[in-house]
Amino acid sequence: MTAAVAPHLRHELRRRRELVTPEGLSLPLTVASRGSRAGALLLDLGIIFFGFFLLGIFLTVVGVGLFDESPEDAGPAIELVLVLLILLVFLSRYGYFLAFELGPRGATPGKRALGIRVAARPAASGSGGRLTAEAVIARNLMRDVEVFIPFAFLVSGELGSGVMGFAAGVWLLVFMLFPLFNKDNLRAGDLVAGTWVVEAERRKLPAAMSLAPKQRAPAAYPFGEAELSVYGEHELQVLEGVLRHDNADAQRQVMEAICRKIGWQAGHGDERAFLEAFYAALRARLEGDMRFGKRKKDKFS
Amino acid sequence: MALPFFRQTEVLAAPDIEAASLRSDRFRLERETDWKRLESIVVCLEKNRLRRIADEDLLALPVLYRQAASSLAVARETSLDAGTLAYLESLVRRAWFQVYGPRTSLLGWLRRFLGGGWSAAVRALWLEICIALTAMIAGTLAGWLLVARDSDWYYALVPGEFTDSRRPGATREALVESMSGTQDAEGLTVFATYLFSHNTGVTILFFGLGFAFGIPTVLLLVYEMASLGAMLWLFASAGLGWEFAAWLSIHGTTELLAGLLGGAAGIHIGRAMAFPGNRSVLAAAAASGRRAALVMAGAVLMLAVAGLLEGYARQLVADPLSRGAIGGTMLLLWLAYFLFVRDRSRGAGR
Repeated sequence: MTAAVAPHLRHELRRRRELVTPEGLSLPLTVASRGSRAGALLLDLGIIFFGFFLLGIFLTVVGVGLFDESPEDAGPAIELVLVLLILLVFLSRYGYFLAFELGPRGATPGKRALGIRVAARPAASGSGGRLTAEAVIARNLMRDVEVFIPFAFLVSGELGSGVMGFAAGVWLLVFMLFPLFNKDNLRAGDLVAGTWVVEAERRKLPAAMSLAPKQRAPAAYPFGEAELSVYGEHELQVLEGVLRHDNADAQRQVMEAICRKIGWQAGHGDERAFLEAFYAALRARLEGDMRFGKRKKDKFS
Repeated sequence: MALPFFRQTEVLAAPDIEAASLRSDRFRLERETDWKRLESIVVCLEKNRLRRIADEDLLALPVLYRQAASSLAVARETSLDAGTLAYLESLVRRAWFQVYGPRTSLLGWLRRFLGGGWSAAVRALWLEICIALTAMIAGTLAGWLLVARDSDWYYALVPGEFTDSRRPGATREALVESMSGTQDAEGLTVFATYLFSHNTGVTILFFGLGFAFGIPTVLLLVYEMASLGAMLWLFASAGLGWEFAAWLSIHGTTELLAGLLGGAAGIHIGRAMAFPGNRSVLAAAAASGRRAALVMAGAVLMLAVAGLLEGYARQLVADPLSRGAIGGTMLLLWLAYFLFVRDRSRGAGR
C-alpha cells in the first residue's frame, strides 16, 4: 500500500483511512488536516463578515439610518429592515453552515475551496454510512459552543475578569483544542454527530504516459537488466511527476542523476526523450514483476 | 468488464488503445471513457442539476460506479501510474458520496420530521426530560428562596435588562405597568424576531454544553430558572402572582418547554458519553447526538412560535385570563403532539 502512494502524498499517509462501502469495496479516504479545516472555517467566517460589511455599506448608501431612532418610533420600512437584519444574523450564525453542508457537496464554500467535505464517520467495522440531515444539524449546533461563543467571549473582554472569567475561558479552550487531541482531527461537533471531515478534491485524469514515445523512434535507448534493476516504484513515481511538470532544468538534473547511477554518459538536447524512454522501460519492468507478486518499493529494497 | 451496451451514448472519441506500449496504460485507455462518463454524471449531481442528467446515464450510474471501483482495485495491483491512481481514487470517492448521499429532499425530511420523527425522538428522551424538569424546578425554587431571604440576591440573579422598574421595593402600580400590553402592533415584529434569535441561542447553548457530560447544561438550566424564580417572588410578594403567571404563560409554556427539550437534548448527549453501555463512547455519542439534534430542530421551531406569541400575543392581549388560556392551550397542544403523534414510517429516528 505504501508504495502505491505518490511521493507528494507520502506525508499524508498518517491521515489515510479505509472505508468499506456496502458492496464490500475498500475506499481510501484522507482525513482533512487541522490546518485546512481551520482555513476553511476562517474563509467561511470571512465570507459572512464580508457579506455583512457589504450590506452595511449598501444600507448606508441607500440612507437607512438604523441607529438614529429607537425601533418603537421608527417607520415600517426601518422596522422591516431591522427584522431582516436580525434574521440574517441568526441565519448566518446557524443556517449558513447547515444549508451548505446539507447540499450534495457536503461542504461550505470555504471547505470546497480547500477541497474538503463532511462525511459520515464509518462504524468500527469500517463500513461507511450515509450522511444524514440529523448528523449535519447536530454538528452545526455544536459549532456555536466551539466557535461563536468563544469568539464573543474574547471580544467582550471578560477573559481576564475574575475567577469565573478564567474558568469559562479554560472551559471554552477545551472545545477549541479538542481537534488537536484525537487522531481523526474530530471537533466536538463531529464527535456528537458521528461525522468527520475528509479530503474530497477533484482531480483531472492526466494523459497516459506511454502514449508519448510513439512519435519518436522506439528502442533508441537499449536499457538492459542492469540499468532497470537500480530503481523502484518510488523513484518511478518521482520521475512521473518530473515528466508531467515538464520543467527543462529539472529534467536535466534527473537525467544526469540517472546516468550517473546506471553508468551512462548523459547526452545533450534529448532529456525528455531519454526520460520518457527510461520511464516506459522501468514501468514495464516493475509492472511486469507486479503481476507476479514481486514489488520493489524503492531503490533500497 | 467493458460494457458495449452503455457505449452507445458516448460522445468522447475512443482513445487509440493500440498506441499505448504499456499493458497498464491499455487497461486504462479501455476504461477511461466510462470513467469520464461517470465523472460528468457526478459533476451534475454535485451541482444539484438533476435535470441535466439523461435517463440512461442515471440508470447507468450504479454500474459505472462499481466498474470504476473495481478498476481502482485492479489498477492498484497492476499499475504504477500515480496520476491515474489518484484520479481513480478521487473519482470513486466522489461517486460514492453521491451514490450513498442523503436520499431525502429537505421537504421530505421535514414531512417525516413533523409526521412522527420529532415526537418519537422526544419520547425517547423521557428520562433526560425528567432530569431537566427537576433541574428547572429546583432552579425556580432556589431563586425564590434566595430572594425571599435576602432581596439583594435579586440583582445577582435577574439580568440587568429586567431590573428597570421590576426591582424589590417597586410599587404595585409600576409592576402592573411593566406587564401591560400595547395597543398597536408597531415595533413588535422587531421585538418578536429579537426574542426568537436570543432564546434560540440560549437553547442551543443548553445543547452544546451537554457535551461535558451534561453538567454545565444542568447548571445553566438551574441558573436561568433561578432568575425566573426571583421574578416570581417579586410579583407574588406584591400580590400579583396570578397576573405574572398569566403574563408569563402566554409564551412561557412554549418557551420553557423548548428550553426543557434543549436541556434534555444536552443531558442526553452527556449521559450517553458518561454511560455508553456496551457501545464505544464514539458510537454512543454519535447515536445520541443525532437523536438530540432532531429534538433540537423541533425546539428551534417551538421557539419561533414562542417568539411570535411573546412579541405579538402578549403585547396585544392584556387580560390575564385570556393570556392564561392561550398559554394553557399551547401547552396542551404540544403535549398532545408529543404523546400521540406516532411514527408511521419506521426509521425516522435513526
